[in-house]
Amino acid sequence: MASRLMSLWQWVDSRMPTLGQEYRKHLTEYYAPKNFNFWYFFGSLALLVLVMQIVSGIFLTMNYKPDAALAFGSVEYIMRDVPGGWIIRYIHSTGASAFFIVVYLHMFRALLYGSHRQPRELVWIFGVLIYLCLMAEAFMGYLLPWGQMSYWGAQVIVNLFGTIPFVGPDVALWIRGDYVISDATLNRFFAFHVIAVPLVLLGLVVFHLLALHDVGSNNPDGIEIKKKKDANGKPLDGIPFHPYYTVKDIVGAVVFLAIFAVVMFFIPNMGGYFLEANNFIPANSLQTPAHIAPLWYFTPFYSMLRAVPPLFNSQFPGVLVMGLAVLILFALPWLDRSPVKSIRYRGPIYKGALAIFIASFAVLAYLGTVPTNIWGQFGDWLGGVERATIIARIGTILYFAFFLLMPWYSRIDKTKPVPERVTK
Amino acid sequence: MKNLLIALLFAPLICWAEEGGYRLDHAPIDPNDQVSLQAGARTFVNYCMGCHSANFMRYNRLTDLGLTEQEIKDNLIFTGEKVGETMKIAMTPKEGKAWFGVAPPDLSVEARARGADWLYTYLRSFYRDPKTTTGWNNLVFPNVGMPHVLWTLQGEKGLKVVKTPEEGGHERVEFELTEISKGAQNTVEYDTTVRDLVNFLVYMGEPAATSRERIGIVVLFVLLILFALTYVLKKEYWKDVK
Repeated sequence: MASRLMSLWQWVDSRMPTLGQEYRKHLTEYYAPKNFNFWYFFGSLALLVLVMQIVSGIFLTMNYKPDAALAFGSVEYIMRDVPGGWIIRYIHSTGASAFFIVVYLHMFRALLYGSHRQPRELVWIFGVLIYLCLMAEAFMGYLLPWGQMSYWGAQVIVNLFGTIPFVGPDVALWIRGDYVISDATLNRFFAFHVIAVPLVLLGLVVFHLLALHDVGSNNPDGIEIKKKKDANGKPLDGIPFHPYYTVKDIVGAVVFLAIFAVVMFFIPNMGGYFLEANNFIPANSLQTPAHIAPLWYFTPFYSMLRAVPPLFNSQFPGVLVMGLAVLILFALPWLDRSPVKSIRYRGPIYKGALAIFIASFAVLAYLGTVPTNIWGQFGDWLGGVERATIIARIGTILYFAFFLLMPWYSRIDKTKPVPERVTK
Repeated sequence: MKNLLIALLFAPLICWAEEGGYRLDHAPIDPNDQVSLQAGARTFVNYCMGCHSANFMRYNRLTDLGLTEQEIKDNLIFTGEKVGETMKIAMTPKEGKAWFGVAPPDLSVEARARGADWLYTYLRSFYRDPKTTTGWNNLVFPNVGMPHVLWTLQGEKGLKVVKTPEEGGHERVEFELTEISKGAQNTVEYDTTVRDLVNFLVYMGEPAATSRERIGIVVLFVLLILFALTYVLKKEYWKDVK
């Protein structure tokens, strides 16, 4: 049996040597630093969630109807009448949030260990593009159940494009294909969500990995393992990705799936954060819901949008700030001027800045899920403005300060000496 | 258009106030209590389905509640529908809008939209109000288009507003429901009827919910075993990493 398989492999290999070469290049002879820690699980987990979303998505399309009159009912048909349909649907709805959790942690890892720094700037840029795609994918996918939140969330977000000076209204009309969110919008969002964006996403993931494998992985010490090689040219601190990291990542995947299963089987709504209650009311273009909130993964940016005061009766400044909050990520590799990459050898200023950044991101995320009057108002001495709005403004400023002041504070920060070889 | 946009952007801010802060009672529902679910199903088809459909719910799905298809046909289908059909009604949304001012919503997933506590409190908070067209009003859902369909069971209530002055010229306003006439059921019986109905509505919102949790436990158990195996495998491979 084994020799049969071996000769089959030799038959393939002699006709298509690329297969074996690529397998070795990316798995058995791709040397990854041996000191990966907890934070290094989230790359492979993001890939796992991507596959789960694609597979569950394919099964959903078998019964979903992208038609304004039928969409809401077809989702309930999947939940009730399709055998195992609710499993597929909950995998997909939980997977959407899980994707963002995993990707946010993956990005946070970069901030911890300087994974975006030279020579991995392209890896980071492809990563931010993936994040942008993911946002588009999540936004358009959320319209498909055709509930009230789907409908009005899409209405609000498409209207954001309408605030762009001069061309805005035409752009919004062009996106919707109608004057309001309608059947035409649902159909095109379905096409984008199911075909266009996933294709781009997959391409970007390939580029993200190819770029990574050309320069090699960073590690918690933020040093280059390629600088210390043995006589055979293998990094002294590197181990083959397969089998070492494949077996390790499988353990991580099982733990992740267990947490995923707890949510999916026991708390699929996640208290309204993963599935909103109002989205169980069919879309109604004549009835605006009392409280429109995007899903949690967009709320930091939604908070910024609400926090920025309108200028000349236009919301465009808020939209601009929201857009810049995402786009500024592209500049990160060039904003960081620290001589070291890893937080282990950075000084107190970067550690403090990162902590403030994470705190402001979390506060903005929370504030985006609640109405702006949640914390009441300041007294008359401050013009009676809402406390939450002021906090959101401070959060927005801190968010941008983390990036814009980085060239300055990362340079003056006191760093520790970096070791020659990776540490435990 | 611009005004609509601004209104939409700040809709959360403007509209929050309209959700009245009426305190909801906890609904003591139990998704595994089949007797309660059956009683709720009976109340649903007898009282609610005059106006409300459950277009995504099939009659024969009620076998989940321990009923046979014959029992469903004999006791719960009054309109000659086949047991494999969904719980539709004759009244069209257009007629509903003409008669009640707003089309009675489909109730298939109402419990997922409103929550059990809201439904439980809402169905117990109707009172007589001569100012409305139906003669009924509700504490949880002020000026609701729906009259008190279960009033023959609960009887009629009236609203009493209790104002107690507090420090600083403020007043604490409390609402109390007082009895005008008795219904066929006393308070405990009526609360049970509503509890059963809400239990059924919650079941109908997600019929797979109970089997979901059962399957979830099996899945977690399998993952636990898988974790043990993969963890040992990882340890074995990583032995030679110094």
